[in-house]
Amino acid sequence: MTNAILTGLMLGGMYALIAMGLTLQYGVARIMNLSYGEFLIAAAFASHWLFTGWAISPFAGLALVVPLAFALNFAIYKLLLTPLVRRAPNRDALEVDSILATFGLTFVIQGSMLALFGGAYYSYSFLAFPVQFLGETVAANRLAALGITILLGLVLYLALTRTRAGTAVRAVAVDPFAAQLVAINVPQASALTFALGGALVAAAGVLVSTFLTFSASSGVVFTMKALIVVVMGGVGNMLGCLVAGLALGLSESLVASYVDPGLTLAVNFALFLAVLLVKPAGLFGRATR
Amino acid sequence: MTTFLTRRSALLAAATCAATLGLAAVAEAQTSIKIGYAISRTGPNTGGAAVTTIPNYELWVKEVNAAGGIKLGDKRVPIEVVQYDDRSNAEEAVRALERLINQDKVDFILPPWGTGLNLAVGPTLNREGYPHLAATAVTDRAPELAKRWPNSFWMLGTSADAAKTLVELLSRLRDEKKIGDTVAMVSIADGFGIDLSSAARPAITAAKFKLAYDKSYPIGTQDLAPIINEVKALNPDVFIAFSYPPDTLALTEQSRIAGFNPKVFYTGVGTAFPLYRGKFGKNTEGVMGIGGWSGDSPAIKDYLARHKASAANGAEPDRWASAVTYASLQMLQQAIERVGKIDRAAVIKDLQTGTFDTVIGKVKLENNMPTRYWWVGQWQDGEFYGIAPAKNEGARTAIVPKPAWVAP
Repeated sequence: MTNAILTGLMLGGMYALIAMGLTLQYGVARIMNLSYGEFLIAAAFASHWLFTGWAISPFAGLALVVPLAFALNFAIYKLLLTPLVRRAPNRDALEVDSILATFGLTFVIQGSMLALFGGAYYSYSFLAFPVQFLGETVAANRLAALGITILLGLVLYLALTRTRAGTAVRAVAVDPFAAQLVAINVPQASALTFALGGALVAAAGVLVSTFLTFSASSGVVFTMKALIVVVMGGVGNMLGCLVAGLALGLSESLVASYVDPGLTLAVNFALFLAVLLVKPAGLFGRATR
Repeated sequence: MTTFLTRRSALLAAATCAATLGLAAVAEAQTSIKIGYAISRTGPNTGGAAVTTIPNYELWVKEVNAAGGIKLGDKRVPIEVVQYDDRSNAEEAVRALERLINQDKVDFILPPWGTGLNLAVGPTLNREGYPHLAATAVTDRAPELAKRWPNSFWMLGTSADAAKTLVELLSRLRDEKKIGDTVAMVSIADGFGIDLSSAARPAITAAKFKLAYDKSYPIGTQDLAPIINEVKALNPDVFIAFSYPPDTLALTEQSRIAGFNPKVFYTGVGTAFPLYRGKFGKNTEGVMGIGGWSGDSPAIKDYLARHKASAANGAEPDRWASAVTYASLQMLQQAIERVGKIDRAAVIKDLQTGTFDTVIGKVKLENNMPTRYWWVGQWQDGEFYGIAPAKNEGARTAIVPKPAWVAP
């Protein structure tokens, strides 16, 4: 039992980590980023390249890849998405526009990765040894990823709830027009949040690459998973993201261990549906009137 | 000032153009052989196509053209390639093929990667009379398809044969008292896994093995630890996974971490990939998987060296369908050269009846299928050797029990 729960927590932590950036990008900047998974894979490739080519550990790689992703996403928001934001008459229109724009971006990023790395699978071994944790044997890389996820989630939660900038971000998430009235620079806050989301997905990509096999075309899997977690947790809510991710991971692991591994997907979707039926805005989402 | 074409001169001009085009087409057919293919450059099939198919197509074209081309009669003509991306999508693959046939007017077509896409393009290639050398398709319907589409050649055989050969090997190992009789089997809930597991299930029970665990997992499962933990608790002698490359790697990794080391450890697609050895190094020793090749044969060693020299970043071929794919290209070339002209019906006939000298040895097809396959391979000392069927030339003896996992 401990083992199943531990495995589930690690898997759920990974789901939460993957979704954290999207919940910021979608919930605050209101960009439905369909190329989200591609950014994750790009970071995984960067980490692979740093590790195999330059012997730079993925943890050190984080210090390199994450700021780079932040800058890149900031530039993408400023150059590519700002015109959409300006043009859109309301948030719904922006959502549709951003879906189309980032869908196009998917092909650009995927094409570049295919050109650079080819279509083959990539995988490398880092911290791939067993460790004893709570009396159970688990993989060190997954445990490390869980630890970093919790750390990131905690820092982010505190930043959003305890700092002035975080409060501004949350205000934009709730109502960008009202936020403007209290002198919050909404475009700036949106750009920074989008970039922060990009930095988070890069961190997820680096960590995930230590234990999952990936290829240039596997991004869409992560976009889908992140989307489910974000919607289930309540758009733009960090805590919801964490809870939804852990719930999915735990249910998957428990069902795989005690019922049948073939039913994990079914349970995922059943859980997703059940949450949406009871709370259409997600676990921690607030219903809009 | 404007001039108008009379109807007669317009007709004349059109006729002249048509005649010139016709002449050009004839002239072109003599100076090159147009070979077309649509392959998965994007989408979920990319991983397989990039390892097994694309490098071999490129290697073959490069080598043939370096040697002056394909021999037609008494002269050699170079290969001209037309290629498209099928985006791992059956409709797209068929559309691309129709374009290759009708617009590009290619002389021959190379098949796409994977069972699904080969089945999808089968009817088109049959209708248009192109030889179809399906080098990366494993299907139980192969014998039936070979009858229905006499132009199709199923180079990898049937999953029933794969499962049967694996169980025969296990029975022999049990007779030699090297293993007990508990088997745990997992499979991916997708084409390959479903086919293989439903062929293996009756074979395992018929051979009086105890199937202690038999479950499938959905494609894209990101943590296989629960499966390995449960299987480990059952302590089976044999672990069989009919898996795809990402799960093949994940299952192996998890088994190593959990310290699950059965006497026979067998994983599916991807075990024969160079990536597998790259990731697990010394820990590959004794791991069995689907496929294999005669690693000691000079032809294979030479092919391996040429592949490494040709592919991007010196990539190695996989140790199963890569060599078969390359052999199928050699067969196509030899058939065309024996026919001596672009006569697709005659080339199909030659493929059905001829004997071919290839990197996997002499190949003679029976009912459009090879008579010899490698079904079980094992990593031994850094090379993935074929071990079953044992009667195959170059078959190695299996290392059983599998050595313990070592720290990386």
